[in-house]
Amino acid sequence: MTQVKPVNQRAWFLVAPVLVCVAFSALLPLMTVVNYSVQDIISPERRVFVGTEWFAQVLRDEELHGALVRQLAFSFAVLAVQIPLGILLALSMPSEGWKASAVLVLIALSLLIPWNVVGTIWQIYGRADIGLLGAALQKLGIDYSYTGNARDAWLTVLAMDVWHWTPLVALLCYAGLRSIPDAYYQAARIDGASRFAVFRYIQLPKMRGVLMIAVLLRFMDSFMIYTEPFVLTGGGPGNATTFLSQYLTQKAVGQFDLGPAAAFSLIYFLIILLLCFVLYNWMLRVGTSGREELP
Amino acid sequence: MKKPAFRVRSFFLAAYLLFALLPIYWMAMMSFKTNEEILSSFTLWPATFTWHNYHTIFTDASWYSGYINSLIYVGINTVTAVLVALPAAYAFSRYSFLGDKHVFFWLLTNRMTPPAVFLLPFFQLYTTVGLMDTHIAVAMAHLLFNVPLAVWILEGFMSGIPREIDETAYIDGYSFPRFFVTIFLPLIKAGVGVAAFFCFMFSWVELLLARTLTSVNAKPIVATMTRTVSAAGMDWATLAAAGVLTILPGALVIWFVRPYIAKGFAMGRV
Repeated sequence: MTQVKPVNQRAWFLVAPVLVCVAFSALLPLMTVVNYSVQDIISPERRVFVGTEWFAQVLRDEELHGALVRQLAFSFAVLAVQIPLGILLALSMPSEGWKASAVLVLIALSLLIPWNVVGTIWQIYGRADIGLLGAALQKLGIDYSYTGNARDAWLTVLAMDVWHWTPLVALLCYAGLRSIPDAYYQAARIDGASRFAVFRYIQLPKMRGVLMIAVLLRFMDSFMIYTEPFVLTGGGPGNATTFLSQYLTQKAVGQFDLGPAAAFSLIYFLIILLLCFVLYNWMLRVGTSGREELP
Repeated sequence: MKKPAFRVRSFFLAAYLLFALLPIYWMAMMSFKTNEEILSSFTLWPATFTWHNYHTIFTDASWYSGYINSLIYVGINTVTAVLVALPAAYAFSRYSFLGDKHVFFWLLTNRMTPPAVFLLPFFQLYTTVGLMDTHIAVAMAHLLFNVPLAVWILEGFMSGIPREIDETAYIDGYSFPRFFVTIFLPLIKAGVGVAAFFCFMFSWVELLLARTLTSVNAKPIVATMTRTVSAAGMDWATLAAAGVLTILPGALVIWFVRPYIAKGFAMGRV
């Protein structure tokens, strides 16, 4: 990586197929959204240019503010639980042998379950009448109902997300841990370093890159969560678990409010774009400083 | 000093595995029960063990066609994504060209865009070009987030191969296509496997776009399941059986790519 890559403009030909593919499914739709966001579509034939009216309306929308606050709270809760749990899990996983393979497969299993099935699993797990979790909590005397109680619904969605995505954090950290040469641990043993010192000065710095990626991936993905709460709670009770994607879909497909939905889409997209830009630059910096540390 | 720490770790791991597997166990058990048993009594193990629910799914076309539809569009998507991503990843890993960093960033933004944003325009676009309710529509829509991902993973793997190999091959008179297929591809086999795995996974688990872009002919299994969820009288047992069947392909795939997963995460920087 120390060498400079040769400049070759013909490399564009190799990238062209990707551009065509993604342009068809990203640029064209995006133009449509922009188009809708400035028009009032009364019927397919009659449309009126309304300028920035929809944007103003969307930005003043109280329900949207509620959804945004819930979304941010949820994303931060997700990070606060999943990152430490994922690190602990990666540290506890066996490093080699058949046990490592078995644990790896078992842990990764939840990542490969279709998202609506994740919702279904938690539905039949959490219901007080037929679910193991719901029934057990009722037996303990806790009045638990994820369909009736806003706090329970929120906690269930969070538990579901932890169940679903902590393995991703764990696998990333596990990959980071495996890349540490044995010599580091031997040196630490000779120095008589404590378990915590090994973690703090060897494992954590080596995991920094993957950890950064884990944090940002989890933030992004939890920021667009849709399917799981849609199946589990349908956004309720009330709108306790209505997050941004849910709200947008309700507007776009449920009410077919094209203009406001398009304006909302663009604002949503810009938020993500901003976060993305931060992510990309962060990753580049992490990548290069990681390289400098190599002996 | 080492023993107690080891025990704490094993205990923690066991506790997490219990947390991870209990919900799946519950669904699997439910799929072998009858609806009457699910609703009337509370049993950890089916009292009357039945294959009836699976039988329903495998004989009812509205159920099993969902699996076939899903496998078709996931297959198209995975193959296309990896095929177009291979040359692009090579370009990004080997050359610098005008705007390369910007294009790479732009690709990544597509991975990070909420599918809900594109829902409406996709619906309009595919209706206009007459692709609604086809497998191609869903496969194309999923390319949006799978192509960037595949490029990203493959670029990571390719950058791990020294450039001297390319140069030596060119000096020996290999043309680019021949070098790429006969020398380079075998070297990044693992990377192709990991990229295909992730494309498969993200296409298989996605619901929103797949549901919106299909109605009858290409209706995926995930959409068939939501229909049952919203129906008035819930058929919990069949739903559970359908859920178990959706986990199986993923479990199979992960078993095969298991040796590369840890490596793929580290090198591909997913």
